[in-house]
Order: sequence, then C-alpha cells, then structure tokens
Amino acid sequence: MYDLIVIGGGPAGISAAIYAKRANMNVLVFYTMESQLLKAHKIDNYYGFVNGINGQELYNNGIGQATNLGVHLLNEEVTDVTGGDGEFVVKTFTNEYKAKSVVIATGNKKIKPDIKGIDEYEGRGISYCAICDGFFYRNKKIAVIGNGRYAISEANDLKNVASEITILTNGENMTEDSDYIVKKSKILQIAGDDGIVSKVIFEDNSELAIDGIFVAIGQAGGGDFAKKLGILMENGIIQTDENMETNVKGIYVCGNLAGGFLQVNKAAYEGAVAGLAAVKYVKSIQYK
Amino acid sequence: MYLRKFTQDNFENEVLKAEKTVIVDFFATWCGPCKMQSPIMDEIAGSRNDLIVGKIDVDENRDLAIKYGVMSIPTIMVFKNGEAKNVFIGLTSKEDILEAV
Repeated sequence: MYDLIVIGGGPAGISAAIYAKRANMNVLVFYTMESQLLKAHKIDNYYGFVNGINGQELYNNGIGQATNLGVHLLNEEVTDVTGGDGEFVVKTFTNEYKAKSVVIATGNKKIKPDIKGIDEYEGRGISYCAICDGFFYRNKKIAVIGNGRYAISEANDLKNVASEITILTNGENMTEDSDYIVKKSKILQIAGDDGIVSKVIFEDNSELAIDGIFVAIGQAGGGDFAKKLGILMENGIIQTDENMETNVKGIYVCGNLAGGFLQVNKAAYEGAVAGLAAVKYVKSIQYK
Repeated sequence: MYLRKFTQDNFENEVLKAEKTVIVDFFATWCGPCKMQSPIMDEIAGSRNDLIVGKIDVDENRDLAIKYGVMSIPTIMVFKNGEAKNVFIGLTSKEDILEAV
C-alpha cells in the first residue's frame, strides 16, 4: 500500500508528491499528459526563469524532478477512486492501487456536457455515478455519454444490471475500442415524460428511447471522483479547508481543481500544503 | 434526537402520519456519497428536537424508493403532513437541508 497516491502530474500534483516524498512517504503519481500547463506557450510570471519557460517544458521538468527524487510515476488514466478511513482504492482501466491518502490535482475539467436537459433531469434519469445509481436501472435501457476509457469503465460497472447499454459520444470519436454499441451522432437534447428521462434526440433527427443516462465525458477528473466519493462541492467547485483537505478525511484537492487563481504559483503552493497535510494524516493513522 | 431507521413497515406511521416535519435520507451501504451524507444527518438529528430525522436503506426497501421516484442516492426528502415537500438529490449540506425546513 502507498502512503499517498497523487492523481495529476501538473504543478499541483507534482509539488504534493515531492513534499510527501521528502518526508519519506511512499508516493505514486498518475499523470496523463493533459494539463492546462501544456497549452501555455510561454510562462513569464513564474519565479526563477530569466527568459520565461515553455509550459510543456515546465511540465516535463516536473515529471523528471519527481522521478529523480524517487517518486513512482505511472502514465495512466485513473477511472475511479473508492474507499475511505485511510484505505483508498484508486482504479485505472487495468489495475487497482491502494493508498492511505489521496491528492486529487486533475485540473478543472468540466464534468457536465452542454446538452439541453442535462440539469433538468439530474437525479431523474441522469446520473454521474454508475456504482451508486446502477441499482435503480435493473433490466433497463441505459446510455453512457462519453468517448473514452472512463465511459467504458462506467459501462462495465452497469453491464450486469442494465438490459442494454449504448455509448453516446456526442459527435466525438471513441479513443478506446470496446464491445459496446456506440452512437456517434451529436445530441440535440435529452427529453422526458412526467419529469423522468425517456429519450435522447439527436441532431440528425434520430431518437433513442432510454431509461437512464450516465455521464462520463473525456477522462475522469476531480469533479467525477468527487461525485462518487461524496466530496462537497458548491457551484461546481470542490470545498477544501486551509490544508486543502476535503470533507472526506485523507483526500486533498489542489491546483485548478480547487478553483480561484489559475496560476502555476498557486498550484505549486497548494500542492505543497496538500502534500504536507497528507503526510501528517498518514502519520496520525499509523500511530493510532 | 437520534437518527431513526425507516422501513416499508413503519413508514406510514413514522413519516406520513408524523406531526413533526420529517427528513428522510434514502441511502445504500455501498454508496460513497451516502457515507458522507450520514454524519450530516446525525448532526441534524442531534441538534433539532423539532424535527424527526431518519434513513431508509434502498436495498431493503426497494419498493418504497421506487414509489417516491428515487433514482439516485443519496436522495433527501422533507416530509410535511405526509407529503414530500422538498427533494435534494446527491450529497447535500446541513445548511441547504435546514433552509428548506
């Protein structure tokens, strides 16, 4: 079991990993080469670079620095986080890893697609957690909105429950093959009967009768994990205390995911705070 | 007050016929966000004598969950005079629940 698993290889995640590693913790980082930082051509306002630095270069430097300090890094997408009380399970598409604490620093990926009806029917046929709500869709027709490993992993959680599963990519191409039926048409709207989801209407005028829709767009991000773990969010922003700890003890959130100032300086600072808080937490449960 | 356990058998008497406002938490033991909702319900139950607060395990009381249109857990319902007046879907803070009461 790891002392700390960090999800995200940007400045927040790597800073958390480095601070925890330097406190002798056993640390694993998952990164996917998806970071806001990679889109920055040049960063001029970060301390210590005479001529500024390219975002991609800074990101790669962070990965290299953590590696050199003995942090274990895996280039894999995390699809789910479960557990609690100092024993968390972090799942990727192919494996499971255990940790006493988790830092989530996946950036501020949007979890809701811009589709008409998505808010209206939340909890009335639209769900963000297959494990939680699959129970209510026994022998029913289900769709998963998404186009990658995360969507497939949610579909896998539902396949023993639902009578039929269709993955709706909403105009995107699948990034991963699977045995599921895939419909690529762009979605016009989600419609219902009596306030409950009953069909999806596509831009090409086709329709799909459906009992439930699970949302799992792109790669799984912090907001998705929050919905599954019960991390408190307000207006889509995860709530943390001054130590970057969430309401789930042992889970910390930092960087763009924590909202506020979207800057490398702030991400690195919050990562350091989260990393040290995780160390304190792990020690406190060890000596209990 | 302590947190009560509602079931299909006692629901009518303890929730629908109750004189006080009743807050019901539909949950399951295997649901992550439900585990985080639980201490919030305990807190409300412990701090408000004017309310009845309880939980319904959807695994054991599937028909009741279906009857009230529960499709996502946790779902919190506020009952007044036998009617579900407010419904909160997903993890909900103490403040949001008490505001509805």
